[in-house]
Amino acid sequence: MSGSQFNNKVIQWFDDRLPIFSMLQHSAVEYPTPRNLNYWWNFGSLAGLMLVIMILSGIFLAMAYTPNEALAFNSVERIMRDVNYGWLLRYMHMNGASFFFVCVYIHIFRGLYYGSYKAPREVLWWLGLVIYLTMMGTAFMGYCLPWGQLSFWGTTVITNLFSAIPVVGDAITTWLWGGFSVANPTLNRFFALHYLLPFVIFALVFLHVVALHTTKSNNPLGIDVKGPQDTIPFHPYYTIKDLFGIGVLLMVYLGVVFFLPNFFVEPTNYIPANPMVTPPHIVPEWYFLPFYAILRSVPDKLGGVIAMFGAIVIFFFLPWIDRSKVRSAKFRPIYKQLFWIFALVCVVLGYIGSQPPEGSMVPLGRVFSVAYFAFFPLLWLISKVEKPKPLPQSIAAPVLKGASVGHAAQPMEKA
Amino acid sequence: MANMSTHTQGLPPGDASRRDFLLYATTAVGVAGTAMALWPFINSMNPSADTLAMSTTEVDLSSVAEGQAITVTWRGKPVFIRHRTAAEIEEAKAVNIGDLRDPEADDKRVKKPQWLIVVGVCTHLGCIPLGQKAGDPRGEFGGWFCPCHGSQYDTSGRIRKGPAPLNLPVPAYTFLTDTTVRIG
Repeated sequence: MSGSQFNNKVIQWFDDRLPIFSMLQHSAVEYPTPRNLNYWWNFGSLAGLMLVIMILSGIFLAMAYTPNEALAFNSVERIMRDVNYGWLLRYMHMNGASFFFVCVYIHIFRGLYYGSYKAPREVLWWLGLVIYLTMMGTAFMGYCLPWGQLSFWGTTVITNLFSAIPVVGDAITTWLWGGFSVANPTLNRFFALHYLLPFVIFALVFLHVVALHTTKSNNPLGIDVKGPQDTIPFHPYYTIKDLFGIGVLLMVYLGVVFFLPNFFVEPTNYIPANPMVTPPHIVPEWYFLPFYAILRSVPDKLGGVIAMFGAIVIFFFLPWIDRSKVRSAKFRPIYKQLFWIFALVCVVLGYIGSQPPEGSMVPLGRVFSVAYFAFFPLLWLISKVEKPKPLPQSIAAPVLKGASVGHAAQPMEKA
Repeated sequence: MANMSTHTQGLPPGDASRRDFLLYATTAVGVAGTAMALWPFINSMNPSADTLAMSTTEVDLSSVAEGQAITVTWRGKPVFIRHRTAAEIEEAKAVNIGDLRDPEADDKRVKKPQWLIVVGVCTHLGCIPLGQKAGDPRGEFGGWFCPCHGSQYDTSGRIRKGPAPLNLPVPAYTFLTDTTVRIG
């Protein structure tokens, strides 16, 4: 396994001086992967593909975009009408953000279900959360750039969250804006940071993969790999499985790009930004809605901001809130139910966040915000009282059942 | 610093503390120097001189009839100037200060009772409240109504209902003549 030997003399010569080919060989070819990974394990590499698509389409969009309050909106319209394939680049980038978040949310919930945040993968989990937070910042600043009405007012509302900080809040918002309201300096710096952060995400993804390849992949049974009979090499088994997943993702994603390109967009954002008129109903992009619902449910400004950020920060402590030694929800009957209730609560909060804060939406938002946070103490509690089902002896045991190891290369279990 | 003891071993007494001093002093200078070098970068993001230079606005009020309101731009934000009616002034004065979320007397918020001048930005999350135009909703207190999260302000621009924590702020302003005001 170590110190890879290559038949090609040029590659060998280069690898002796900079071991890039050895690294690839170790981490993308030989990497011993549990043999029982199901399709939920596709979404990490799918999220990686979306990151690459976003960076590529973004670089080419930046060549035609102008980050100036007088020119930004029209430069986006010029991309749509005059720039060759500009419409395609923009629709790929715009909808790519949504699909990136779809992949990442499924990836996060997969980690929650199968206990991928538990020892020894805590740092891997943290890196994932930092990537997620950086993505949120990047997406938020990107949404500002077309300089439509929702770009402007979304930016205004979110930057104003910082004014809730006691004492220094106003100084921080003024600093963020570079003025006394969202204006040209804000747009300009948001563009600079929106261009920078994806490369930060790329570096974080690299660390995420290093951490993954240090602790090795979790698997649907949540038990440790016991030996070589439990694993198969990443290539060709999982490269081909990932490729199949990529085909499915691209069909759905490009289907939206070509046939429903404005599915995720609020029409209000095709009205140029007007700092003097607030649109009647401000909604963030769908991937922020559950947190927006939590923000609005707290009747106090600072309290709402703390609750919203707390809703994400609390996930950093998950490896210690969950006391159970069993990883996979497959063997945790009570946690399994709690998980699905939590997933449902997140979806309902998303719906509440998309509605105007009137009538029954206000009490409903409060009830479901409490339910969201109740997940964590309940998880702590059940992880102490729950009696897990018996775990299988090893990953290979249920498959092999005494059969000869020679027939073991059938990695088609879909769990 | 963990291996401090190893390279101070065998030195004459006094040398160790001298080395410690040099190490700490160098570290302190390095940290302070880095912090000072960072400041120009951070401060470059604060409002620039040309942004600050545009921070006053002069308004001619002679054409604003009683009961009307106008919106002017100051520092990129809307400022509401309302020519209040006698009834509106009376309403603003009659409120029991103790009941307010952000207690302020009406006469502390105006220089001339008929002219109410406030920054038209909701103190919750920065939306622009409705109530400047004739057909706008003005909320239960006859002032302004914020469509984003439902804050309601009275005829003195004070918060009365909804999530906003503070009254609409009164900008610094001076009356240059009876009908001209300079904001900022």
